[in-house]
Amino acid sequence: MHIVQQLLFVIAFAAAVYLFARKAGEIRRNILLGRDFTPYGTPAERWRNVLLLAFGQQKMFRKPLVAVLHFFVYAGFIIINLEILEIILDGVLGTHRLFTPLLGVLYPVLIGCFEVLAVLVILGCAIFLIRRNILKLKRFMGRDLDGWPRSDANYILITEIVLMLLFLTMNTADQVLQTRGADHYMATGNFWISGLLTPLVDGFSTGGLVALERTCWWLHILGVLAFLNYLPYSKHLHIVLAFPNTYYTDVRPWGKMENMPAVQKEVQLMLQPELAASEPPSDTVPKFGAKDIPDLTWKNLLDAYSCTECGRCTAACPANITGKKLSPRKIMMDTRDRAEEIGNNIKKNGSFQDDGKALLRDYISEEELRACTSCNACVQECPVAINPLHIILQLRRHLVMEESSAPAEWNMMFSNIENNMAPWKFSPDDRDKWALEN
Amino acid sequence: MTIKTMAEYAAGGESPEVLFWVGCAGSFDQRAQKITKAFATILEKAGIRFAILGKEESCTGDPARRAGNEFIFQMMAQNNIQVLNGYGVKKIVTACPHCFNIMRNEYPELGGHYEVIHHTTFLQQLIDEGKIRLLEGGSFKGKKITYHDSCYLGRANNIYEAPRKVLEALDAELVEMKRCRSNGLCCGAGGAQMFKEEEKGTTRVNFERGREAVDTGASVIAANCPFCMTMLTDGVKEAGKEESVQVLDIAEIIARQLGD
Repeated sequence: MHIVQQLLFVIAFAAAVYLFARKAGEIRRNILLGRDFTPYGTPAERWRNVLLLAFGQQKMFRKPLVAVLHFFVYAGFIIINLEILEIILDGVLGTHRLFTPLLGVLYPVLIGCFEVLAVLVILGCAIFLIRRNILKLKRFMGRDLDGWPRSDANYILITEIVLMLLFLTMNTADQVLQTRGADHYMATGNFWISGLLTPLVDGFSTGGLVALERTCWWLHILGVLAFLNYLPYSKHLHIVLAFPNTYYTDVRPWGKMENMPAVQKEVQLMLQPELAASEPPSDTVPKFGAKDIPDLTWKNLLDAYSCTECGRCTAACPANITGKKLSPRKIMMDTRDRAEEIGNNIKKNGSFQDDGKALLRDYISEEELRACTSCNACVQECPVAINPLHIILQLRRHLVMEESSAPAEWNMMFSNIENNMAPWKFSPDDRDKWALEN
Repeated sequence: MTIKTMAEYAAGGESPEVLFWVGCAGSFDQRAQKITKAFATILEKAGIRFAILGKEESCTGDPARRAGNEFIFQMMAQNNIQVLNGYGVKKIVTACPHCFNIMRNEYPELGGHYEVIHHTTFLQQLIDEGKIRLLEGGSFKGKKITYHDSCYLGRANNIYEAPRKVLEALDAELVEMKRCRSNGLCCGAGGAQMFKEEEKGTTRVNFERGREAVDTGASVIAANCPFCMTMLTDGVKEAGKEESVQVLDIAEIIARQLGD
């Protein structure tokens, strides 16, 4: 009987890992659809961001109360992974609580800590559910989240609560079985939380308790493996990608816009034609700005997959606050959706077959792009260092330089700068007139 | 006040301590010209040898670049860099955070390497070094002043304290808006919005910000950017407070408080 269970466990575990790895590979491929660029900053500067933003969750603490709750869930999930390790080893080896003899008196302390964290995770997730579904916080009610994204958030929170309840129930049954001296249930000492819950199941027969403990054990680990495979389809992927994303984020001042060396070179040759003679002729026509996924950098796409749709960006966006269509969160969600669409196209056809669609217009409208004030509030707010502004500005470059699509006032401004060296129609000769007046 | 140009300095075989980059708004916009004059007055009083480029100055290219027109930006930037490098300019001060940002962060990779300082930081240095002395009391004594963080000085370049330190040197009460420092709300002008009509929405960004500034009960809103100046002035008007609330640049505030 034992060997059958072990076998089933190994199969379930291997299948979960295989499926996850396969989907992770697809996401990696989708991210690498983006153009290459060299991330700016020394490794030391970038590790600093990983430590502060990803591990330390520095920006979450701009809203301290939520930050503490989120920290419980985060710490809970990371630390409880140690327990998952024991569960997996038990599953493979057919043992029960393998670490008990190794850790001795420390074992119940460790499990006690996990249990406290489990309770905090339940508490955090319950409050998060209330904030989303009962208090209906504005940033969770945005149109961007209609449909699947809103359900996604609830599924994640409910799953986490269920997994933690299974873990606690399993331990509670185990504690009672230990006191009854049941086979295989060696004494571990008292667990802090489940030790208090034993009266709830005291009335169960020993057989019933074993069934309860085994059922919870299986549901818990199968739930964890299923959740692992849910991640790549969900906004919850941020628990993995927050780390690389903060590592690759640009460390320079946010006011800096990306240079376009192709345009720089062209203008240089125009201003200094004597340089042109020594210039090797180029037969590639450069592309200006971004229209679709491959025109963006892979960091833009990593950003999109790292987004957990919390909406802090949109809540801080001056355009969104004043009722414009622009929502930085939607920019990120659209980018991910389009990257997935292209990825599925590649998967189906072997290579990308033109689907007549693009990120620009089919997902993100000109009206949205035109509303941006480049104020960097979205960049400032993002807890995992996503930069929606970089995508917006690249799409704007495409509109203006590839399609000559700009509002009439902007075209006027361009020609004023070109002809009068100022965005308004003033004579350059009057530039220092103010100095003559008193 | 006579203001010398770089060309005049160069003709005399001299070079100034610092170039005052006036910017398009500071040069042409009537309201912003007052800021320019106020800052030039302070520089003169502080005994700083400064110059302007005069007719040789061009738009930095900021609105064109942010709107998406890289060609116009590159033309402006490369021309400006040629002029600046031609004069051997090392240090630039400007009263416009957009000019400040672009020259500080975007000109270096095009070959323009300068120490670029925003005028609020420069003012703080002048006060700290005792180069300018402020009147005791004066017209801001006991008044409530609120400071509006421009995006291009604040979030874009992480400068939040220098302008506040300058204002703290006054005998006034500095009050903060609900959204301030890195949470500060944009005035609505950046990203070339200044040069176009806003997209359809429920209100204008500057109305929202003007309302918030007025709600502090301050009688002076301190700005550090000529575009914020325009936007906030309209926002205050919309809130019906143009009689009781003034929008002033920090340079104008300091110029009014200058002692001898």
